[in-house]
Amino acid sequence: MSRVVSFAHVSAGYRHRPVLQGVSVAFAAGEVTGLVGPNGAGKTTLFRVALRLLEAESGNVRLLDRPLSEWPAQSLARTLAYLPQEAEAHWPVEARRLVALGRLPYRVRFAPLNDADEQAINDAMARCDATTFASRSMNQLSAGERARVLLARALAVGAPVLLADEPAAHLDPAHQLRLMELLRAEAARGTAVIVTLHDLSLASRFCDRLVVIDEGRVVADAAAGEALTDDVLRSVFAISARRLENSVVPWQRI
Amino acid sequence: MSAPVGAEAHSLSAFRPRQVGVTLALLLLALGMALLSLLLGPSDLDTYQILGGLLSGHGMAGVVAREIRLPRAALALFVGGALGASGAALQGLFRNPLAEPGVTGVTSTAGLGAVLAFYFGFASAHPILLPAFAISSALASALILYLLSRAGAGAVALILGGVAIASLATALTALALSLSPNPYAMSEIVMWMMGSLKDRTLSDLTFAAPLVAVGIVVLLTTARGLDALLLGEEAAHSLGVNVHGVRRRVVLGVALATGAATAAAGAVSFVGLVVPHLLRPFYGSEPARLIWPSALGAAALVTAADIVVRLISPDEKLPLGVLTALLGAPFFIWLILRMRRDA
Repeated sequence: MSRVVSFAHVSAGYRHRPVLQGVSVAFAAGEVTGLVGPNGAGKTTLFRVALRLLEAESGNVRLLDRPLSEWPAQSLARTLAYLPQEAEAHWPVEARRLVALGRLPYRVRFAPLNDADEQAINDAMARCDATTFASRSMNQLSAGERARVLLARALAVGAPVLLADEPAAHLDPAHQLRLMELLRAEAARGTAVIVTLHDLSLASRFCDRLVVIDEGRVVADAAAGEALTDDVLRSVFAISARRLENSVVPWQRI
Repeated sequence: MSAPVGAEAHSLSAFRPRQVGVTLALLLLALGMALLSLLLGPSDLDTYQILGGLLSGHGMAGVVAREIRLPRAALALFVGGALGASGAALQGLFRNPLAEPGVTGVTSTAGLGAVLAFYFGFASAHPILLPAFAISSALASALILYLLSRAGAGAVALILGGVAIASLATALTALALSLSPNPYAMSEIVMWMMGSLKDRTLSDLTFAAPLVAVGIVVLLTTARGLDALLLGEEAAHSLGVNVHGVRRRVVLGVALATGAATAAAGAVSFVGLVVPHLLRPFYGSEPARLIWPSALGAAALVTAADIVVRLISPDEKLPLGVLTALLGAPFFIWLILRMRRDA
C-alpha cells in the first residue's frame, strides 16, 4: 500500500518543551489510521508539523514522496485537509456556505464558485448527510449536525489526506458511530484518513491501524486488533481493558 | 438526485439579488444624505444656488458650496466609511461582534496622536504631520490588540485590553489638556475628544480621503482570509490562508482608515459597532460580505448624524461624537446582554 505521508526521525516541540522525539511513522492511502495516546503525548503536535504550523527541529517529513517544506502553500492546502479539535464556526453562518470554505484553496480572489466547486460542495454534503439542513444557520443545528457540516467542509477540499483531530469528542454515541462510519467511507474512496481519538473502543473498532504515541514517541504501530496489547494499555494508559470482538473496552484504572 | 437545498448560494463573496438591492439602497442613502448635508447650512442660499455654486464654483454660492459644505459632507462620508469598514474587519479578525475601532481603543489612541501633534506644534508645521501622528498612534494600539490576540486572549480579554488602551489614551489626552500652553491648543484638543465635522476645509478632505480610501481597499483584500478565520486560525491556515498576513493587513487598514478619519473628525465612537450588526440580517455573518456594505451604511449614518446635530443644535453645542456615543453606548450594552442570552 502506498505511503502518502511519512515522518522519519521527527523531533518537534514548543519553546522549552520538546514534544515529538524521533518519531518515525507513515500513513497509507485508503486506510483509517488512529493516533491514540494520553493527553499531551504529541498527537496534535504531529498534525501541526504535517500542516507546517510547527517546524520540525530535526528529521524529515514527506508528503506524496516530496519533502513537506518544498510544497507551495496552495498545493499543500489542496492535499491536506484538516478538521481541528473542537472545530466550531465562530459566526452563525449558513451550513452550505461554511462547507464552501473548503474550496478556498481553489478559488481565484473575488471570483464566484465554479461548477467543480459546486459539485465538490454538494458531494461532500451528501456524503455527510448534511444536505437537508444546508440552508440552516450553524447555530440552529444540533452538535451532531454541526459535526457533520464541519466534516463536510474538510471533505469539500477533495484532498487525498484528511487529518481529523478528535472529531468524535463531545458527540453522543449515535453521532460518534455515524462520524466514524463517514471516516471509513472516506478511506474507502482512497483517502488517507488520520484521526486522533481518545476513545479506545471507537479507535480499535473503526481504524485499520493504530499508532500509539506516548511522551512523544511511537510505542506501538500495528493493525487495530494488535496494537493495544495488555502491556501497552498498562504502560501507556494505566488501565486494563476487556475485549469485545475486535474492540477494546477500557475497564479499570491500574 | 434532487437539487441540494441552498444550491443557489453561489459564492462566499458574491452577493445574492436581495443583497445587491440592499447595497444599492445603502449607496443611494449615503449619496442622498450627502446631498441633504450640502443643502443644510446657516446661509440663505437655496437648493439651486448651492448646486449651481457647486458646479460653477463662482461667487458667494461657489465659496459656500465648495469651501464649506462640500468638505463637511464628503468628510462625513469618508469618516463613516472608514469606521464602518474598520468595525466589520475588526469583528471578523477577533471573531467578536463587540469589536470596533472605538471599543478597542483605536479611535482614542488616534485622537491622542492628533492631540500630541497639536500640543507640540507639529500640526501647524506641516499638514501631513497631523494624520501621520494619528495614524501612527492608531497603528500602535491596533498592534497591541494584535499581540494580545496572538497571545491567545479571548473575546473578553481583548475588549478589556481595548478598554485599558482607551483609558490610557484618554488619560494622556486629559494630561495634554491640563498642561496645554495656550487656549487655542486647548480648544482644539477638546474638539478631538468630542468628535466634530464643524469648520472642516478642503485641505482636511484632501489629506483624509486618500488615506481612508487606501485603508478601506487594504481591508477589502482581507475578506477571503477573514471568512476562513471563522473556522479558527489553524483551519484557516490549512486552507492556504496566510493568517499572519491577514492580521497585519487588518491592523494596517484599520490604522490608516481610522487614523485618518480621527485626524479629520476627532473621536466618533460606536459607528463601527452598530452598522455591521444592523446589516447582518441582510448579508449574513461572513466578514467578506460585510466590509463594503458596512462602509456604505456607516457613511450614510455618520452623514445623517451630522445633519441631526446641526438640526437639533444649530450652534453645534452637541458634537457629532457625543451624539454617536449617546446612541451607541446603550446599543453596546444591549448587544452584550443579547450575547449572554444566546450563549
